[in-house]
Amino acid sequence: MNKRRVKEKLAYSFLITMISIIILSIGIMFYFIISRGIRVINWEFLTQMPRKAMTAGGISPAILGTFYLTMGAICFALPLGVSSAIYLNEYAIQNRLIRIIRVSINNLAGVPSVVFGLFGLAIFVKFLNFGVSILSGSLTLGILILPTIIRASEEALSAVPNSFREASLALGATKWQTIQKIVLPNSFSGILTGAILSIGRAAGETAPILFTAVTFYSMRLPKSIFSEVMTLPYHIYALMTEGTNPESQVPIAYGTALVLVLLVLGLNLIAVILRNQFRRSKKW
Amino acid sequence: MKSKQYLKEKIIKNVFFLSSLASIFFLLGISFILFKEGLPLFREIDLKSFLWGKSWYPTYNPPEFGLLPLLLGSLWTTLGALIIAVPLGVSAAIYISELATPKIKDYLKLIIEMLTSVPSVIYGFLGIVVLGPWLQNLLDLPVGLCALTASILLALMAIPTIASLSEEALFSVSKEYKEASYALGATKWETIAQVTVPAAFSGISTAVLLGMGRVIGETMTVLMVAGGAAIIPHSFLQPVRTITATIALEMGETVVGSVHYYALFAIACVLFIISLALNLSADYFLYKLRRTSR
Repeated sequence: MNKRRVKEKLAYSFLITMISIIILSIGIMFYFIISRGIRVINWEFLTQMPRKAMTAGGISPAILGTFYLTMGAICFALPLGVSSAIYLNEYAIQNRLIRIIRVSINNLAGVPSVVFGLFGLAIFVKFLNFGVSILSGSLTLGILILPTIIRASEEALSAVPNSFREASLALGATKWQTIQKIVLPNSFSGILTGAILSIGRAAGETAPILFTAVTFYSMRLPKSIFSEVMTLPYHIYALMTEGTNPESQVPIAYGTALVLVLLVLGLNLIAVILRNQFRRSKKW
Repeated sequence: MKSKQYLKEKIIKNVFFLSSLASIFFLLGISFILFKEGLPLFREIDLKSFLWGKSWYPTYNPPEFGLLPLLLGSLWTTLGALIIAVPLGVSAAIYISELATPKIKDYLKLIIEMLTSVPSVIYGFLGIVVLGPWLQNLLDLPVGLCALTASILLALMAIPTIASLSEEALFSVSKEYKEASYALGATKWETIAQVTVPAAFSGISTAVLLGMGRVIGETMTVLMVAGGAAIIPHSFLQPVRTITATIALEMGETVVGSVHYYALFAIACVLFIISLALNLSADYFLYKLRRTSR
């Protein structure tokens, strides 16, 4: 009996060790980014242009570029993703086509991000001749986040109880009126949560925009949707792999990394808070 | 009036239907483009020297486009990442699902989820400035940026996928199994090890497959920390180059329509097929699992 208890204790301490290793690694990551990044970040860093071939100055064009790209991506992917989710959840009956659509969504979510970049390069940059631009990058990122948006929206739609729909239909409303007036308003915050999470995902991606949207160094801010941009994740990559002055480039990279991490985690935090609030305020 | 309303409903339904086809459209579009731009490579070199070629020298004269060093680079880093991530991820899942109190459970899930939201370029950056130099000192290596460094970082990225899906699988093991085990006098740990984990095994395997899919397609981290040497790897302490890193690194310097350009799309086809196979099999397992559990 005693031996079995000892074995149990040993097993539990193993599990706790494993989970501590995970938490410790996360702690180390955030310790380095926060403690080194905070030394660099100030108002000038966030609002000024880079100077002296990236060895001084701020990162404002990268912040702006990330903003443009993610906004473009969400403008493209949100309407498409929500419509797709409405069909799957409200209209579709279980058949082979629907099963194929679901398999495609899952597989699209699993396509390596660099492959999205190649697709964007071949279609948007070359074939449609948008060039290396905000437009090409946004569309590429939009396709990348589409599965996330569809899944989140579908989850939000299916959380609306069927009795709501039945009540609306019983009052003589059509299917579309029911969706428009009953289902969508009641799933709004769920869809919003999904959208915010996708913005966070799009903001951190580098590989898909590598050949479709970014430039290492630009003296001007982007003028139109056909301009190249700098972005936060690509800026970190470029600072670490190009240029010849690591002493001054690494601190800037730490600062950029902190800005990016705060942005992405901030968006995730907002999404989590929204979701919890939604769950608490649920009227059913 | 009535028919006008009917027509409107019909149009709206069809708009939604067409949007729902977008995912199929994009997935087919991606496969079409990859093969259309990749297959012309075999007008220049034969399939055998691509698949079994032991060297990747795209700028030599004549250039060599051997897949093997890149494919092995991808497989080594992925294998290394799984060796690290599976014990950590599954242990975390067991702890969260079977032992933690509800409050600790929520916190742990939230913390592990944070690993998903950190962008891959951040992992690569920390690999260069923190982990690489640290490993180099610790193991007395000639270079800190090698397959091992990449595997450790990739493992961190795979842990959330493996942990959350395994946890789901463990959680859905029916309570009667556990109760029957307790009734026979088994301890809690004996029940976990001999009843719960085996019952959730296919779910855990699916989690590992999906984690593997995530890792093998990962680009920025391996591009920054794996070391970049396109040679057939013999040890984890050697620099390697993956398929993804090669595409990201070389696509910018190629001329559209050159042999090198086609070769990069051809290796992307290989990568796409591998990740499609992983995802399809994971999808199939999940589908079967959900069917039988109902």
